[in-house]
This record gives sequence, C-alpha cells and structure tokens, in this order.
Amino acid sequence: MRRYILRRLAQAVLVVVGVSLVVFFVIRLSGDPTFLLLSPDATEADRVRFAHEQGFDRPIYVQYALFLERALHGDLGRSLRYRQPALPLVVERLPATMELALAALLVSLLVAIPAGVISAVRRDTAYDNLTMLGALFGQSMPVFWLGIMLILVFSVRLELLPTSGRGGLDHLILPALTLGLYSTARVTRLVRAGMLDVIGQDYIRTAQAKGLPDRRVIVKHALRNTLIPVITIVGLELGTLLGGAVITETIFAWPGIGRLAVTAIFQRDYPLVQAAVLVTALIFVLSNLFVDLLYGWLDPRIRYT
Amino acid sequence: MAGSTRGSGTRSVVGSLADAVRSTPRSARGRLVSALVRKRAGAIGLAIVLLNIAVALGAPVLAPHDPLDQDVARRLLPPAWLAGGSPEYLLGTDQLGRDILSRIIYGSRISLLIGLLSVVLSLPIGVCLGLLAGYFTGRIDDITMRIADVQLAFPFILLAITIAGVLGPSPRNVILILAVGGWVVYARLARGQALSLREKEFIEAARSLGGGSFRILFRHLLPNVVSPIIVVGTFGVAQMILLESSLSFLGLGVQPPTPSWGGMLNDGKAYITVAWWLTTFPGAAIMLTVLGINFMGDWLRDLLDPRLQSV
Repeated sequence: MRRYILRRLAQAVLVVVGVSLVVFFVIRLSGDPTFLLLSPDATEADRVRFAHEQGFDRPIYVQYALFLERALHGDLGRSLRYRQPALPLVVERLPATMELALAALLVSLLVAIPAGVISAVRRDTAYDNLTMLGALFGQSMPVFWLGIMLILVFSVRLELLPTSGRGGLDHLILPALTLGLYSTARVTRLVRAGMLDVIGQDYIRTAQAKGLPDRRVIVKHALRNTLIPVITIVGLELGTLLGGAVITETIFAWPGIGRLAVTAIFQRDYPLVQAAVLVTALIFVLSNLFVDLLYGWLDPRIRYT
Repeated sequence: MAGSTRGSGTRSVVGSLADAVRSTPRSARGRLVSALVRKRAGAIGLAIVLLNIAVALGAPVLAPHDPLDQDVARRLLPPAWLAGGSPEYLLGTDQLGRDILSRIIYGSRISLLIGLLSVVLSLPIGVCLGLLAGYFTGRIDDITMRIADVQLAFPFILLAITIAGVLGPSPRNVILILAVGGWVVYARLARGQALSLREKEFIEAARSLGGGSFRILFRHLLPNVVSPIIVVGTFGVAQMILLESSLSFLGLGVQPPTPSWGGMLNDGKAYITVAWWLTTFPGAAIMLTVLGINFMGDWLRDLLDPRLQSV
C-alpha cells in the first residue's frame, strides 16, 4: 500500500508541475508578459523595473524556476484590479465553488445510481430505452442553455426561485441542477454499463441460485461491485463539474472561482487568471489523488498492478 | 429507487436479470421502444446532420433576411405566432431588430466549420502520436502520455478561456484551442490499440518479412484503429460544437456581429425577462445539432465497432 501511495503522489506532483508549465507558457504566448501582468497605464520604466524584478530578462528556464519557487511560497502575483495578492482572492471564492460542485455531484449521484441500476436490471424495456434516450439528451444539452431555460421557467415565469447570487438553499437549486445534468447523464450510462457487466458474472448466478432475494442480490452483490469503477468516474466527474462551474457560475452570478476567472479575463487581470487556473487544477489533482487512494483501499487488486 | 412493491416487482426482476444475461428484449412494448430508439435514432441523427450541412451550405438562399440587417424600429419582435409577431420574422427579432431565423441559419456555418475543423486538425495528430507511443513504447510513450495526463488533469474549458483571453478571441484561435484540447482522446485510443496489437502474429510476420516501422505503423496498425477513431471522432465533433458555443457564450469565441449560436445566447441573456425567444431558439439549434451527431455516433458505433461499450 505504501508503494502505491508514493507512486500516486509522485504522479500527482508531476501533473501539478505540468500544469504550472502550461500556465507559465500560456501567459507568455502573447510575447512580452509585462503587458499582461502590469496594468495598461504602467510606464516604460515600470515595465523595465518589473521585468527585472520578475526575472523576465533572464533565460526562460530561470524564469520558470523563479515562478515555481514563488508559487511554492504561495506567491502567485498581485491582482491588477484588486491590488492585492492573487492567491487569497481565489481561496476566498473556494467555498462557493465547492458548495456548487458538491451539490451538483450529489444531485447527479442521487439520480444516476438508481436510474442506471434500474435500467440495467430492466434491460431493453421501455424504461431502459427512455432513460438512455434521456441520458443522450442530457449529454447533448449546452450547460448555459439549460441554465437559461431553468431561469426562464422557474424564475421568470413561475417566480419560484431566485435568478442569481448565493444565499440559502433556494439559490443553490437551479445552479446545482444546471451543473449536475451532464454528469447525471454520463454516470447513469456508466452505472448501467457496469451493472450489465456484473450481472453476467458467475457469482451473481451463485447468489441467485442460493435463493437470495433479488433486491439483496442487486444491492449487495451487483451494485457494490459496480460502484468501485463508478468511484473513479466520480473523481473525474468532479473535474468536469469544476470546469462546468465556470459557465454555470457566470449564468447565475455565483461568486465562485469560475466567475472570478472569467471576469478577470475580461479585465485582463492575468495574475488573477493564473492563480484561479492553478488553484482549480490543484483541487482537481488532489481530488483525483484522493479517489485513486480510496480506489486502492476498496479494491486491493489495484495496488499491485 | 427499486420500487416499494414487493410481489410483482420481485417477479419481474427475476425475469429481467435472466434476460439481461441473455440480452434479448423481454416485453413486446420493450422491443417496440427499443426498435424505435435504437434503429430510428441513427436515421434521425443522420437526417439532422444532413439537414444541418444543407442549411449551412445553402444559408444565403435559405435565410429570409440578411442576418446583419438591423432596424431598431422592429426590435424584439416576438415569433410570428404570438401577438405582435410578424410573418416576415418567423422566430422574431433580437435587440437590434435582426431576424433570429436568419441568424440561426448563418450560425450553423460557424458551428459546423469549427466543430469539423478542430477535429480534422486534432485527430491525425492524436492518432499519429498514439500509434508511435503504443508501438515504440519507452521514452516517446512516457512523454506523450504524461502530456496527455496533464491535459486531462485540468478542466479544459479553463485552459481554453485563458488562451482565448491571452490570444484574443477569433474563429481561428478557437479552432486552434479546440484542436490543442482534442488530440488526447485520439492518442489514447490509438495507443491502446497499438499496444495490444504490437505483439500479434501479423505484426510479427510483417516485421520478419522486413517491413519497416513506417510501413507497419501505417499499413498494418492504422487500419485497425480506423473504425473506433471514426466513432470517437464523430462524438468529438459534437463535443467541439458544444465547447465552441460555450466559448462564444462567454464572449471569448466568435465575436459579434458574426452570427454564432453561442454568441446569440450571450446577447439574449440580458433580455431573458422580456424576450425568451432570443435564447430559446439558438440553444435549441445547438442541442438538436449535438443530439443529431451523437445519435449518428451511436449508430456508427453499432455498425463499425460493436466492441466499444456504450459509455
């Protein structure tokens, strides 16, 4: 187990370094980074001084090393607009994004697991076909359109739920549904496929032959074994949700990292964009690491391969 | 979940568990819906896709108005069938008085063009890298797959908006960004195939007959990945259309006044309380297009590569 943990940790570190490389070079795609990282009214002298401070006049690998060293000390530059260090600004928005992503994940698991299981158990019935059709619709629907349509129906027409902002549970419902739909559709299909695989196994037949009630066979024998691969997907799904949150947060004016990043891009506040991207990637990598470790713990076969 | 009925529910589950193993449709109703959904879906998907292509190509002939023609005198006209609507403007007009239907018709060009081009650019790169990685393994495999890991370890839309922000929004940049994001799927698929085939007898035979690596890669390995790649590439086009419309919706993709579906939604969202048609119709166009392509992908998968699981 320890070797497994170490290997996964090393991979996670490698990915984070990779992401930092990507972010570092994207900011330099435009040529002179001082134009992106300093406010537009900075003078030529400011630029030269800033370039020297940040080491932009040094070789590129030295620059990257400096960037990495600062990042490790929690220094991701200063936001141009807020005139404060960028990292705390992003971290401040973290709870809102996590709240939304977890609510969406909860919605999708609560719907997808039962829907997928019933679909598999009643394979090729009308229920199964309609569920699969619904899942395909769910995966074809643009997140932003779904959000706008929900606002149109539940906020504008029925005046039941607020259109935007963060507050009580009523504020969370529409954004969570919007963000959760795509994952719901995907997880439903995966649970169904997983269940179908498991149902064909010998041990299910054994359990049935023993005369166990079907409910018990499905929940204890089939579902449990299906859930192990589903856990991995949940880890990946969290990434999809964090990415989707960028759009959902924009539609519902949800004060999370995604909305912060989008507004920062329009204000050309690149230090803040950089911090938001790095923090999101870090959350994603950590959640994947956690899921991998959980997976290894649940299914000992994984550790030794 | 699994209902509260005990007696009849339990019976039917016994039957269907056995059915699931035999994989034959159980009830007549089930078979009917199954046939409708599975068989028709491919045809419907194909029809939607062909219609889309026809609309995109024939836009100048089909569009009733110039998509850029503004007139504030007729701004925010509702669709023709509602009170205040005009038969001239079937789906209504937007905040600048432009015809929504014509803009949707022209918008299909952008969606299809960007969706197709980004896949056409990323697919060959992904397949080549994947084949090389899977066939040669070792260093090249490590490097390619680590890059792929980094890219997957990252909500792509975030990278896309960052690059679009730095480079500036334009159709060309959107295609480049999407192509950069798309290659990983194809590379992983091609690598998997190459890895599983490289030890097979026919590759061994080709090698012992003196076939060079280049020949083995492109004459013997490539044909084996064509079917799954076509299937995955079809879903890729749908994915790219969704991503493009997301970027345009955020204002980082295709810029006004060029009509794009995502951009129309972006314009329309400010008028959501007064004019629902600004956002409803372009969004429906995106969904229908993506759904059509996905249907077609499902159908192609059943046709070309039944081994691919329906995931």
